[in-house]
Amino acid sequence: MSAVGEYVRDITETVTTVFEGMAVTFSHLVRRPMTIQYPDRIPKPVQETLPLRYRGILEVDMDICTGCLACERVCPISCITIGIETSKETKQRTFTHFDIDICKCMYCGLCAEACPTGSIRHSQEFEGACYNPAGLVRHFVTEPVPLYKPKKGGETDPTLAEKVETGLKYLDEFASPEKGGGAGTEEG
Amino acid sequence: MQQLLNQLIQEGYFHGAPMELVYAGFMLLAAFVVLSFFVAPLAGITSWLERRVWARIQSRVGPNRVGPQGILQWLADGIKNLLKEDIIPTAADRRLFALAPYVVFAGFFATFVVIPFGSQLIVADLNIGILYLLAITSLVVVGILMAGWSSNNKWSLLGGMRSAAQIVSYEIPAGLSLLTIVFAAGTMSMQGIITAQGWAPWNWFLFYNPFTFVAFFLYFTAALAEGNRTPFDIPEAESELVAGYVTEYSGMRFLFFFFAEWGNLYVIGAIATTLFLGGWQIPPVTDHPILAGVLQFIVFFLKAYLWVFVAMWVRGTLPRVRVDQLMSLCWKYMVPLAFICLLGTAAWMVIWPQGNRLASFLMFLIGLGILGLFLKRVSFQIRHARPVLYLKPYI
Repeated sequence: MSAVGEYVRDITETVTTVFEGMAVTFSHLVRRPMTIQYPDRIPKPVQETLPLRYRGILEVDMDICTGCLACERVCPISCITIGIETSKETKQRTFTHFDIDICKCMYCGLCAEACPTGSIRHSQEFEGACYNPAGLVRHFVTEPVPLYKPKKGGETDPTLAEKVETGLKYLDEFASPEKGGGAGTEEG
Repeated sequence: MQQLLNQLIQEGYFHGAPMELVYAGFMLLAAFVVLSFFVAPLAGITSWLERRVWARIQSRVGPNRVGPQGILQWLADGIKNLLKEDIIPTAADRRLFALAPYVVFAGFFATFVVIPFGSQLIVADLNIGILYLLAITSLVVVGILMAGWSSNNKWSLLGGMRSAAQIVSYEIPAGLSLLTIVFAAGTMSMQGIITAQGWAPWNWFLFYNPFTFVAFFLYFTAALAEGNRTPFDIPEAESELVAGYVTEYSGMRFLFFFFAEWGNLYVIGAIATTLFLGGWQIPPVTDHPILAGVLQFIVFFLKAYLWVFVAMWVRGTLPRVRVDQLMSLCWKYMVPLAFICLLGTAAWMVIWPQGNRLASFLMFLIGLGILGLFLKRVSFQIRHARPVLYLKPYI
């Protein structure tokens, strides 16, 4: 007799649970959707709502780049190419080109971690669509730029100081986990 | 339709032409008209509507870019698929591979022959309408097995075998629950079954007796399984079989399978409407034949499309069942229940050969009660979650 009871219970359970589930989903039909269809705009640009740690397209602040080539060396897919030229007369070193191929970039963030000044970092920009792959190679040097030399005792030029400040903010947020902003500290 | 043709012939429009050719040509013309002006847009818009309904159930927006509210999404998808390369794998059995989508499509499309859209609007009122329906939908199994076998791919073959097992199994409860209505109506003709019912809900076969009420839900569940719809979509279960029997298909051939699937939804709704929900029966409001025909078509279409909506809603609700659960649901629960419904209706007809109007009315009240209980649960869910309400169907 218990087998019959179980059989009937199976049927009632199926019917009542399906009934209840259908009620739950029907109630969702009259709720407001949680998502926003991507190209639809919200009052602020989407980029401004993203956190500092968001890994968008790479950007470089050439004014505070020291030319240490750490990013070029650490990049696993060699999407960064840097050219540095030393002038024979003045011994002044300048960048001839600093290109990042966004097509190749896999947004691993190793370059941003290796950067000592935080000049290369992930921006909040993510809309990179263009008609030609060549358009995705970002050229950061349009005319030869001298390398940045960190001064002892802090930066004195106020415009540069601001840029160094921004770079450090990225370093704190992204590259050094022990300063509170990171995902976790290595122990032992 | 045949009457119209006979009238045209009598008026001498096709004088001298062989009659067989005239009939065949007329049939081809009817098929073309039905396909291009009714079935194709219907299947397409169903695909768009399903995505929208499904999105709303999951608190998303859904496709709303192509045309107003995305209603032309199906055209964009169709054109894209037409332009895609038609890939036939080298290891595939080329002829069967190419033929399979058309077999599936033919099996689905041929059902439209007996679907009564109105008292005059039916391609052919066969006196074995339901038998024809059961027979012709079985052609889909052949097509799916052909697709699975000829792809020469493990996923495809497994999907095809699963689908064949599923469709063959669920034909039994579906056939048995259709048979209860054949008992009650005393005919297999679709128009005969509709004329045996009335326009009022308590005259529908759904409320004829408690057994037909259960048989309706058995039929709808079995039909969902036969149409490979979620929760019974194990033949194309993405998480297990990639895409089942359509894995190797691309372009238009791929689209034909899904065309058949979405169109099949409407066929399920139309059969349920014909057999259980009074079909095109309308209250006697007008004597004008064309106006009455239009009203009948609208009533039938809305009733059938309600069940298309329910199928979408079920798809948004229930998780996919396992193969063993699918088989036990069919053989251990649905087949015995369908037999009980059949015997119960037979016994009912021995006791009350003309049907019991009081019982029908009671069943109608019970149906209303279930609907009320359902709405109560829905309102409880809405109050319980305290969501932001958004009653507009568009975003």
